[in-house]
Amino acid sequence: MILQTNIRAMKKTLVLITAAIGLSLAAQPALAAGDKPKPRSGGFSFEGPFGTFDQGQLQRGYKVYREVCAACHGMELMYFRTLAERGGPFYESGQASPAENRFVRALAAEAQIADIDTETGEPIMRDGIPADRFPSPYANATAAAAANGGAAPPDLSVMAKARSGGADYIYSLLTGYAEIPEGLQIRPGQYYNAYMPGDLTPFMPDGAKVPPGGFIAMPSVLFEGQVTYDDGTEATVDQVAKDVSAFIAWASDPRQVQRKQAGMGVMIFLFLFAGLTYVSYRRIWKGVAH
Amino acid sequence: MSDHESTYVPKTGIEKWLDTRLPIVRFGADYMSLPTPRNLNYWYTFGAILTLCLVIQIATGVILAMHYVPSTEMAFASVERIMRDVNGGDIIRYTHANGASMFFIAVYLHMLRGLYYGSYKAPREMIWIVGCLIFFLLIATAFLGYVLPWGQMSYWGAEVITNLVGAIPVIGEPILIWLRGGPSIDNATLNRFFSLHYLLPFVIAGCVVLHLWALHTSGQNNPVGILIPKDRLKKDTVPFHPYYTVKDGFAIILFLMLFSVFVFFMPNALGHADNSIPANPLVTPAAIVPEWYLLPFYAILRAIPDKFGGVVAMFGSIGVLFILPWLDTSKVRSMRYRPTMRTFFIIFVIVGLILGWCGAQLPDAPVIGNFKTFILIDGDLNSYLWLTRFATLYYFAFFLVIMPLVGLRETPRPIPATISEPVLSGAAAMTAAAPAAAEKKG
Repeated sequence: MILQTNIRAMKKTLVLITAAIGLSLAAQPALAAGDKPKPRSGGFSFEGPFGTFDQGQLQRGYKVYREVCAACHGMELMYFRTLAERGGPFYESGQASPAENRFVRALAAEAQIADIDTETGEPIMRDGIPADRFPSPYANATAAAAANGGAAPPDLSVMAKARSGGADYIYSLLTGYAEIPEGLQIRPGQYYNAYMPGDLTPFMPDGAKVPPGGFIAMPSVLFEGQVTYDDGTEATVDQVAKDVSAFIAWASDPRQVQRKQAGMGVMIFLFLFAGLTYVSYRRIWKGVAH
Repeated sequence: MSDHESTYVPKTGIEKWLDTRLPIVRFGADYMSLPTPRNLNYWYTFGAILTLCLVIQIATGVILAMHYVPSTEMAFASVERIMRDVNGGDIIRYTHANGASMFFIAVYLHMLRGLYYGSYKAPREMIWIVGCLIFFLLIATAFLGYVLPWGQMSYWGAEVITNLVGAIPVIGEPILIWLRGGPSIDNATLNRFFSLHYLLPFVIAGCVVLHLWALHTSGQNNPVGILIPKDRLKKDTVPFHPYYTVKDGFAIILFLMLFSVFVFFMPNALGHADNSIPANPLVTPAAIVPEWYLLPFYAILRAIPDKFGGVVAMFGSIGVLFILPWLDTSKVRSMRYRPTMRTFFIIFVIVGLILGWCGAQLPDAPVIGNFKTFILIDGDLNSYLWLTRFATLYYFAFFLVIMPLVGLRETPRPIPATISEPVLSGAAAMTAAAPAAAEKKG
């Protein structure tokens, strides 16, 4: 009887401790969520343990970044060569190295990079090479802030990691310039966005229902047909937002798909290893009461 | 155990030569043949799991240190560079970052196991105390490491935690400046944190040696909680190898599977998104929260209205663990035979979880629904502030009141004379009438 009680107690403890871990894990998203509206799902191909990037989407996303976002947002951690790494938008299976990828060489050459002339030491502008970083739209953070009403547009290199909700959040934000709720007092130089974190209570008339979202300094920048896709995809606002969100998600962690694939191998190995070890365990302990 | 006689016989010439000069092979062989109670369950595998955690953290950490740049200008970018340009760097870095969380999952379960089975009681007080020291060093190391990527949470976490020192009356301020290496968190702070983050794991490794030394001197505890009499040694123990190497091994693989799920498939799930924003001393994040494993202590810190009082309570909540062996008045080790204490223990685990939950919430936020009750002293009763306070009260009462009192007043269940009794004969032998039958079966 007592032994059974013990087993029951142990089971109870086990359940509790499992719950402990579960709760600790659950605590994270809970605190990140706050009062924020839950982002809409972009239905991205790279989600889940088996998800991979759609290379066409990454190429379209890069084009959107280059032609729209890059006017204000830098991506300081990105190099042109990274675009041709395995899993990247311009990777080709036959390429000698990312630096020798034909698309990346051409894309880099379109950019003008500030450099020093190796002969004279004079500042010059030269064509980009794959080893160059993406050029920044502003000379420095102060210039960026000065040109944008005091708030520098954030760097987008790791944006999908830097906001809870990741790519879904970016997609929701870009398409979240909803109709301005009635009575909302908008501060000058600010825009209402239904997915921007914030608390609009002070800006609503007393007693009115507080709408979700907050103020953002970035105006709605996407419009129909603004980008011409080379693959014939129709450039609707929704499509453009999705594509650039996917590109930023890739750029934030360019190795994520390879890592997930490696992880599959690791899990299979560990699973087999666990089975083998369990059999050894049973065999060694056979006939030994414990 | 303490009187474990060496059965190692050097066979080859080099072994014989070495055995009279540096008996390291004998040491290993004796470790492997160590008589270990045969009734250890899976809760006892966390020791081996933790050893592996330490090895993983040191191995990945050494590689990360080869590529990391401890400067406020470059730290953030260098960590990202590791994940983009260093071969296997993303896996190494995510293993290290998630390894901290895995380490804490294992260490909490390990400590709760020790608490449940009374592994801190005589003659094992030193194992427990050294263990508490390791736990404290682990917290310090994890905190220092979290600062290194120089994200927003790194910076502001360092700001909040170092500020705690400033709460000490009179000497707080000069110590604060000395710790930070200047009036604010800056390059000097980052550099010393990097240096100490590299140093402390080796101090922990040294403490682990002491922990094991103490363990092998006083002997392994077991779920029944009784000391194994000398004449029962053969019957009640099995050699560590292969019996526990295979059991620990199996548990380690299961643990690695959990570990891998995080590293490969959801590496940022346990972290905070704000730490992917480079540190900015001019912009305070909406909420500054520590990593999940420190949330219970953060909750205790915030529960006390006075800043210095909060610091004392937070350090006290860890400090009280050190004197635990003398707070528990019970003669019975294992809570298997202490039903009253077991109930309090289960409440303690739940309270620990509640504290962790509270640590992640805004203190003023309501716990149930979205309504106010009444103001109790300085906050609404239906708020995380008060839930945290009640939980904190229980946390301390568990050690300082419940432990001493229950030990004196409870009536423990009958304890078996040997660990073989319950092991070999199941429930029947537990009634006093049947021990003889149990012997026969054994």
